[in-house]
Amino acid sequence: MSGFGILSAGAFAPRQRIARAAIADAMSWAQPALKSAAKGVRAFAAWDEDPITLGVEAARSAVKSAPGVRADQLCFASTTAPFLDRQNAGVIAAALDLPAETFVFETSGGQRAATSALIAAGASRERATLAVAADVRPVRAGSPLEMQAGDAGAAVLLGPGDPIAEFLGANSVYADLVDHYRTAETGVDYVLEERWYRDVGLSRLAPSAAAPLLEEAGVSAAEITHLIAPSANPSLAGATAKALGVDRGRLADSLYDYCGHAGVAHPLLALVETLKTARPGETVLVLGFGQGCDALLFRTTEALRDFQERAPAPIADDPYRTEENYLRFLSARGAIDVDWGMRAERDNRTAHTVAFDKSRAITGFVGGRCRVCGTPQFPKSRRCVNPDCAALDTQDDYRFADRRATIKSYTEDWLAFTREPPLVYGNVSFEGGGNVFMEMCDFAPGDAAVGAALAMRLRIKDVDTQRGFHRYFWNAAPAEGGAHG
Amino acid sequence: MAEGVRDKVAIVGMGCTRFGERWDARPEDLVTEAFEEALGDAGLERDQIEAAWFGVFYDEQNVGKSAYPLSQYLRLPNVPVTRVENLCATGTEALRGAVYAVAAGACDIALAMGCEKLKDTGFAGLPERTKGTFEDLYQPNFTPPGAFAQLGAAYAAKHGLDMGDLKRAMAHVSWKSHENGAQNEKAHLRRRLTMEQILNAPTVAYPLGVFDCCGVSDGAACAIVARPEIARSLVGDGFVTVKAMQLAPSNGVEMGHQSWDGAHTLTTRKAAARAYAEAGVSDPHADISLTEVHDCFSITELVLMEDLGLSDDGAAPGDILDGRYDADGAIPCQIDGGLKCFGHPIGASGLRMTYEIYLQLTGRAGTRQLASPKFGLAQNLGGIPNRNVAAISIFGRND
Repeated sequence: MSGFGILSAGAFAPRQRIARAAIADAMSWAQPALKSAAKGVRAFAAWDEDPITLGVEAARSAVKSAPGVRADQLCFASTTAPFLDRQNAGVIAAALDLPAETFVFETSGGQRAATSALIAAGASRERATLAVAADVRPVRAGSPLEMQAGDAGAAVLLGPGDPIAEFLGANSVYADLVDHYRTAETGVDYVLEERWYRDVGLSRLAPSAAAPLLEEAGVSAAEITHLIAPSANPSLAGATAKALGVDRGRLADSLYDYCGHAGVAHPLLALVETLKTARPGETVLVLGFGQGCDALLFRTTEALRDFQERAPAPIADDPYRTEENYLRFLSARGAIDVDWGMRAERDNRTAHTVAFDKSRAITGFVGGRCRVCGTPQFPKSRRCVNPDCAALDTQDDYRFADRRATIKSYTEDWLAFTREPPLVYGNVSFEGGGNVFMEMCDFAPGDAAVGAALAMRLRIKDVDTQRGFHRYFWNAAPAEGGAHG
Repeated sequence: MAEGVRDKVAIVGMGCTRFGERWDARPEDLVTEAFEEALGDAGLERDQIEAAWFGVFYDEQNVGKSAYPLSQYLRLPNVPVTRVENLCATGTEALRGAVYAVAAGACDIALAMGCEKLKDTGFAGLPERTKGTFEDLYQPNFTPPGAFAQLGAAYAAKHGLDMGDLKRAMAHVSWKSHENGAQNEKAHLRRRLTMEQILNAPTVAYPLGVFDCCGVSDGAACAIVARPEIARSLVGDGFVTVKAMQLAPSNGVEMGHQSWDGAHTLTTRKAAARAYAEAGVSDPHADISLTEVHDCFSITELVLMEDLGLSDDGAAPGDILDGRYDADGAIPCQIDGGLKCFGHPIGASGLRMTYEIYLQLTGRAGTRQLASPKFGLAQNLGGIPNRNVAAISIFGRND
């Protein structure tokens, strides 16, 4: 317990993936070159997923795989976080039900936001940092990035203890090199020529950042087992490997075939997925590019085996659903404005007085458990719900978010307003007790059944279009899919 | 145990508008139409009304809050008027207020009026409403059909039924109500349907199809209640009396405790036991001649037959398919067409059910008339299966 490094890690990709061929079929009339990239699937956030919800799922996976470890601080890294001025990281911390004393902050401003957070975390060997990253990149229809990007989240818990990968050091260089940018005005990325960036950016920045690090750590390029060199176009990674003198065969999986490039989250995502299959004693060099280069060096330990037993399967093995309808993909991203009828006019104004007062219930999914009769219940109430008890003020906090459950009853409602009909919801019975009438997610029509196993997911609950706000609550998802299956 | 209201209050007059898409009528017109019928039926003058209860559900449209619209429409002489609202049991709650006032001796003659103007939303559905500042944060954005459809999934699972078999029984519920509605000139939906049409209808909320759902209607209904001595002076013996009025709201058990199986309405069972005791009904099969129950959806009527003790648990689908609740069956249900076809203007529905039982008990139900009905039972279910208000009223005659 004297080391310092990665204590745990988690990743999450949405259940929906769109076939790139479907994008090419829809858009190659405008951009014939898309056909050449039309391989595999890319992950995309459902209408009710965003960087916060993706980050939460990745973080839950990391926390679950590190029982007994408490994060002293949480950093959320994203360039597409939903709120410009309301701490997004605070929502994630609340969803994890972290103590109020946790130091919660966020990083943004470029594609290195997550790797830089890890470097900062590595500077203090006394504190455990949960670095969470997620991106849902806005893309223009028919753009190369629409094919390349994939929405996902990743989390790495870095701190003192018995690491699964020892932290060997980090280094960073900056360069105000505009290979792409995005502003509030552009809305989407404006991308410059890749060949220029490959030759003047990646191939020069990677050695500048990594060489001093490797030298100080006494690690040669040949000793690097896994090189994580993210770029939106995965074919550019070869140039980075070549510049570093690392064999191309050591390049980590780009995740292109089943996920896509996850923006800020991608270096961490590739790291997490590498750790799920690496062997003890291997050296991992993680690079993060974006107006410079971050480099972090890790060496896996024997503890990796325990992590691999606890951790979920690689996201490559996720049971995903392939979307073939490009318009549904666009709708999920808010790129087309579907007429949902008058039911969509409901005023979803949030009473923030109540939302704050009930924050642990709503964002943390914390209910109560009666000390007298032991009945778990949601929401926590003054009197126990058990008809044979009804004791007053006897409930201790009881978190439902990480408990398994089954469907007691359900419907697929084609009348209710949702941006992805039908709205599936029903009565959910929790293991250990408790019944909650709640919305479900990730069930395609015909998938739900009484008795089906469920796991909880934080999702966007309602959108207040009048005031530009949205709020979150938990949904019940099929238990077999994703990080908590 | 209190002795209850049995035979302490008589119904001396009732009125009910034609239900439906009443583009022609504002709430003032509907209320006036129902009231004038009741007043003429009772043979009373307007200023003999000593107190009134006004049931309207939706604040979002209709007449807004408060009771004064009723006082204003009828130009009542400043007698007490109270607005009541209790979800789909609103009409019955208006009646309960009037009945309790007369039973208590607070007044001799009271009016219960229910009215709803649902067809002003601009679309073919109910207005969207808030569930409250806390519940909006976590309750699903359910629709009524979706919330009641839960009964179908849970019922089929509990009894090991194939959904196709359950849907056939549900379809019979709707088929029967369309047959009955076709006989009723005040009903909203008067078209007969075949079983095939019902079974092949588009799905609204699995397993409910379009024809498993009741009508969304405009309408008003009212009752004038009085002390039995007054009823005797007005119509002689043979008047209709209230045998029981019971209400059972959920207390959160269905929503939050695993003891509820999702396949029945807990509150109806509680209210039924109390109502049968209050009315002196020891054998519902023998004493209840007809029922008007809250058939907002076909599956609701199906489980209610069990909740009221008219079918054994698990036996309702078979009883329904055997025609037990058809117009010519042992205990007809919704002989006026029910919510399904008479329509469901929420605040008026409980009083509309009472209206049909009143007509049957007084022998004025025309082509729908049953031979010698003894007791009629009206049941409302306000809310959704996991959290609701069940109201049960039993009516009979004083002779």
